[in-house]
Amino acid sequence: MDYPTTSSLLSWMIFTPMIGVGMILLVLGLRPFLRLSQAFADNFSRTVGLLCSALVMAMALAMWSGFKGGSSAIQFAHHAVWIRQWAVEYFVGVDGISISMVILTGLVFLAGAIASVPWWGRLDDAHHPHFSKKRVPGYWILFLLLETGVLGTFSSLDFFLFYIFWEVMLLPMYFLIGIWGAPPRVEAGGRVRGGPYAAIKFFLYTLAGSVLMLLAMIAIYQHSGPSTLVDGTRTLHTFNILHLTKMFAAGSFSVAPAVFGLTFMHAVFIALFIGFSIKVPMFPFHTWLPDAHVDAPTPISVILAGILLKTGMYGMLRFNLQMLNGAMEWAAWTIGVLGVINIVYGAFVCMAQKDLKKLIAYSSVSHMGFCLLGLAALTPQGVTGCVFQMFSHGIISPMLFLIAGVIYDRAHTREIAGFGGLAERLPEYTGMVGLAFMASLGLPGLAGFIGEVLVFMGGFGATNHAFRGLVAVGALSVIITAGYYLWTMQRMFLGMLNDKWAGLWDMNWRERITLYPLAALTILFGVYPAPIFNLVNTTLHALLPVVGGAVIR
Amino acid sequence: MHLVPFPLLALIPLFPLLGAAYCGLVGCGLFKKYGEGAIHWPAILLPWGSFVVTLIAVITLAGAGHGAVLHQRLWDWFRIGSLSVDAAFQIDRLSAVMCLVVTFVGSLIHVYSRGYMKGDASYWRFFSNLNLFMFSMLVLVLGDNLLVMFVGWEGVGLCSYLLIGFWYRERKNAAAGMKAFVVNRVGDYGFTLGVFLLFWGLAAAPASLLRGQGGEPVAAAAVHEVAVGHGEVATSPGEHGAPIGEAAGEHGAAVSHGTEGSEAGRTPVSSVTFRDIERIMEDPARRDAVLNQKVLGFGLITLVCLLFFVGATGKSAQLPLYVWLPDAMAGPTPVSALIHAATMVTAGVYMVARLHFLFAYSPVAMTVVATVGALTALFAATIGLFQYDIKKVLAYSTVSQLGFMFVAVGVGAYWVGIFHLVTHAFFKACLFLGSGSVILGCHHEQDMRKMGGLRKLMPITAVTYFVSACAIAGFPFFSGFFSKDEILWKAFDSGNMLLPGGGIILWVLAATAALCTSFYMFRSYYMTFSGTYRGAQGHGTHDAHDAHGGHGHGLPKESPRSMTWVLAILGGLAVVGGYIGLPILWGLPNAFETWLEPIFEGSHHLIHSAERGHGAEWGLMLFSVVIAFSGFFLARWLYKDAKSPIPGRLLASRNGLVQGFHRVVFNKYYVDEAYQASFVNGTVGLSGLLSWFDRTVIDGIVNLAGTAGRFCSGIQGWIDANIVDGAVNLVASLSMRAGRSLRKVQTGRIQNYVLGLTAGAVVLVVIGFLLKW
Repeated sequence: MDYPTTSSLLSWMIFTPMIGVGMILLVLGLRPFLRLSQAFADNFSRTVGLLCSALVMAMALAMWSGFKGGSSAIQFAHHAVWIRQWAVEYFVGVDGISISMVILTGLVFLAGAIASVPWWGRLDDAHHPHFSKKRVPGYWILFLLLETGVLGTFSSLDFFLFYIFWEVMLLPMYFLIGIWGAPPRVEAGGRVRGGPYAAIKFFLYTLAGSVLMLLAMIAIYQHSGPSTLVDGTRTLHTFNILHLTKMFAAGSFSVAPAVFGLTFMHAVFIALFIGFSIKVPMFPFHTWLPDAHVDAPTPISVILAGILLKTGMYGMLRFNLQMLNGAMEWAAWTIGVLGVINIVYGAFVCMAQKDLKKLIAYSSVSHMGFCLLGLAALTPQGVTGCVFQMFSHGIISPMLFLIAGVIYDRAHTREIAGFGGLAERLPEYTGMVGLAFMASLGLPGLAGFIGEVLVFMGGFGATNHAFRGLVAVGALSVIITAGYYLWTMQRMFLGMLNDKWAGLWDMNWRERITLYPLAALTILFGVYPAPIFNLVNTTLHALLPVVGGAVIR
Repeated sequence: MHLVPFPLLALIPLFPLLGAAYCGLVGCGLFKKYGEGAIHWPAILLPWGSFVVTLIAVITLAGAGHGAVLHQRLWDWFRIGSLSVDAAFQIDRLSAVMCLVVTFVGSLIHVYSRGYMKGDASYWRFFSNLNLFMFSMLVLVLGDNLLVMFVGWEGVGLCSYLLIGFWYRERKNAAAGMKAFVVNRVGDYGFTLGVFLLFWGLAAAPASLLRGQGGEPVAAAAVHEVAVGHGEVATSPGEHGAPIGEAAGEHGAAVSHGTEGSEAGRTPVSSVTFRDIERIMEDPARRDAVLNQKVLGFGLITLVCLLFFVGATGKSAQLPLYVWLPDAMAGPTPVSALIHAATMVTAGVYMVARLHFLFAYSPVAMTVVATVGALTALFAATIGLFQYDIKKVLAYSTVSQLGFMFVAVGVGAYWVGIFHLVTHAFFKACLFLGSGSVILGCHHEQDMRKMGGLRKLMPITAVTYFVSACAIAGFPFFSGFFSKDEILWKAFDSGNMLLPGGGIILWVLAATAALCTSFYMFRSYYMTFSGTYRGAQGHGTHDAHDAHGGHGHGLPKESPRSMTWVLAILGGLAVVGGYIGLPILWGLPNAFETWLEPIFEGSHHLIHSAERGHGAEWGLMLFSVVIAFSGFFLARWLYKDAKSPIPGRLLASRNGLVQGFHRVVFNKYYVDEAYQASFVNGTVGLSGLLSWFDRTVIDGIVNLAGTAGRFCSGIQGWIDANIVDGAVNLVASLSMRAGRSLRKVQTGRIQNYVLGLTAGAVVLVVIGFLLKW
């Protein structure tokens, strides 16, 4: 009997938000009978949402303290049979690949939850109704559903279950962007843009990727060998990711038919990779991201950039690197090239943006490219850098989106060129923006640097020396990134204050309690990244190809 | 080289960090409540605290013997695969010198700033940034490995950015800060690639040397020892009679390392830690493995050194990346003195000296360093000839002097480069602070044409400025004389240069630059201090950052005592600072070279002299003196008391050649314009193009897919509505119609039915008949 249940903590964590959903639904259902006011229902939903996010964070911390870092075993496993006929199991657990992302999920959702309440600070919503006061219970139901989906995605070890959670993430996001995002507007050229457009674009685009993933999943299932369920039942096929990994490693799939002239393994590799790369997002599948980010409400952008993009990268690590390990070296060069395109192309496109939020969105494209490059390098430094970059980007990009939210809440515009001299009026905010920009442009001593330097270091050490050329091109982005961030800084904050903005006010407590902890973590993990390394290194490095010859990495 | 734990070491950078955190986090509130004292006392005393700890460290170091390194390891920073980086500090004799300069000059400038920044609304921000700069600079200097050094390296860049744009309300200042940061990032690009290439280059040794993975290749140590032994026996059969295992190199210096036996053997697979890299380079087998590698046709070490030097050109404002430094003068003058003259900009020189054990192995890289240095020295000096802004003169002078330092480290005279770095820190800081005093006195006027006659009005400033000018010009017995003269001689006498005539070209370039230096320094002195005051009296119109408000109008007057004292101290050091490194030629002890000798002895055997002899050295020394005085007398003749009509006449000249020459040099050879047109506009243009491509082409395809989907669904909808559904409706309507027609049959009249019956029977009979037939 493989992987027996060792703890139910993870299941509690995944489904705590669902308990919250149940409570909100209960109150909504009882409202007519108990004559509860609208305000009560709103505040109740908010409280439940905050409490659930906080509880998940607490459980994530408990898990962190209980996680044994020096092992690549599955920990906190919860394993039971779900649909016996199809050999589908409920199998969740964490290992070095997923633990850091589970912790990050707790953190980012907590920040997002705090940013979703209109408490603890002034909101200027006289003319522009704030999203946090609109259809509040519905918002929180979807928010919590999303959290369950993300947590489930990161901890599923059954392919079918993974797919279910993957799709569960999709739906709430669609509504959160579509309903609480920006209202539709007509842009130059008669194109209609705004929340609904962005939401449907996001939904369909990601769904297209899911279809490829579904096909690959079914194909893998159909060609998998006999296996056993957790209760000992023998089955013809399996969805168990760990069993599948062993089967791939043992060559069980080498008899499977070729697809379009590709071996079976390469074919499913490509299908899964494309499915995940849409989420990352990887050039050329990235254009849903600027639209979704710009038109989503602040906390949803925070979650989107902070954690949803990582599900794509996580999928690559779990499936392309771990399960299809044998095909990784075959694909490494292509992934590396695409990663570098992401990095440099994203950085250049950033520089041309006029909207602050769009700039930050494209910077995510650029920074997620580092993850691809690190993964492709297949060196210890590279993959650790990849995961650390996921983590650090998961701290820094929420800061950036919160920052964009701060100014949008006040000025109701994000047009960079329309500002100027804000440093005079909003010094605290300016300092925070400076820190976040510096972290994002990879200033040593802050978290962004660690991921970048490890990815580059790892890329340079790749067995294929052509990767050195890739790194040399990719590293050019450090110059461009500095250019666009500082230029933004200059246009928005320096110079003479535009009189139009004389009425703006500095950060309030809601913004402080979201931004300061993230800022502190940015500094902490910049000077002391070892806690993250301890979590991930053992598992990741076991997945790397063993290199003969002189190079010891 | 032996490590001595020194637990106080981290205090050196920690003190200014505390100051920065204090001023930055709570300073704003305290400043408003308690005034300037709440800011400047902690901000000034903490850097002095660093100075005291540095002194303790230096004393400990002096007592710890030859080649001791004080070391403090704080925590693991990276430990991934073979990459192992500690957050650790070290102080050896080289970093001790730097550390002394940084803490001493830095603390003095903090004191000076108290007077200079008086009345500024962002007093707290200024001191916070200045303290943060001290912290970063000390991390740079004390870093135990390349990556910790890089933290400081970028940190000083950040502080430079913050302080150049300190008066951010003027867009010009903010733009100058940004320019500095971005240009420095270009250098950092080279630096980081250098680190990566070096790390993997060191690791790519034959497997036999690296057996036993990870951190403890103990087995490899044995292999080394044997390999070392063989090499030793073959080349120089043990002249010391030392056991084979101990004689670890071809030169005396390495023997001292060899005696530590196991220590020298345990070289890691690769490292970014300075002493480990040095140890790998001292191990003949490992060294050969590194030196024999070729990358893109270059030797590995050559390429590594060139990449590092790209970093140095950015930070230390050398060709072609010097453009940010003149603009950086937009910052407050104490900042220019501290960051853009005395400390930060010398980081590149320090780095080359720090990595001497790499540079010395690459004659190509050495030649490039020295040549770029010499060219920069002359190039910047010529621009300095025609500037009117007193700070711009000093800025170009700094670029030029940094070029001299690179000549020194480029020809392998590392201690001389550092020596000039030290003396330059004294006299250039004094000059900048003097100019600051002048600027403050003249109500924020920086144009020397509107100054004049300040000697009587600001006597202390005038005297200190004059002695510092003498020092930088290289007047005998002033500090700059000793260091600059040594540079010129070492360049002349170098045997390592791959240039025709050895180092003579370098010497010609540098000597010409020295002549220009002497001229423009005294030009600035006479324009500023001699004659009569030409500035506007009675109104101080420069209000853009005149938050200083307090000081009134009228004639300039001497600055407050906190400033003049600092000037006096630095002026004194500008005179006597050179006596730590007296010329050996004079038979005098050279304390400075002796102090640094253990650092550079590892590469000593690689640096060659052209053996041009003492006669040549005396001759050159005399020539230097002549140069210094020629510049002085020329400037005095042309600019003293603004009496000579020649400069004016030359400016008004209609001769095309004179005019053209002046215009090109006065406009700094149009380098800024060229960069703007090529790199800046190119990047912005490309970004616009790519953004358009992204929105129109890539996203266009996505939207096209969406539109195509809608179009297809439209067609299908039409087919569905008209053909599929149409068929269904057709069947329905046909049946309806048929039914409707048939309904008419149901008349209910018996006659009709009988008729139908009869007709049917007839038809059947007919058919039956026909079929039978």
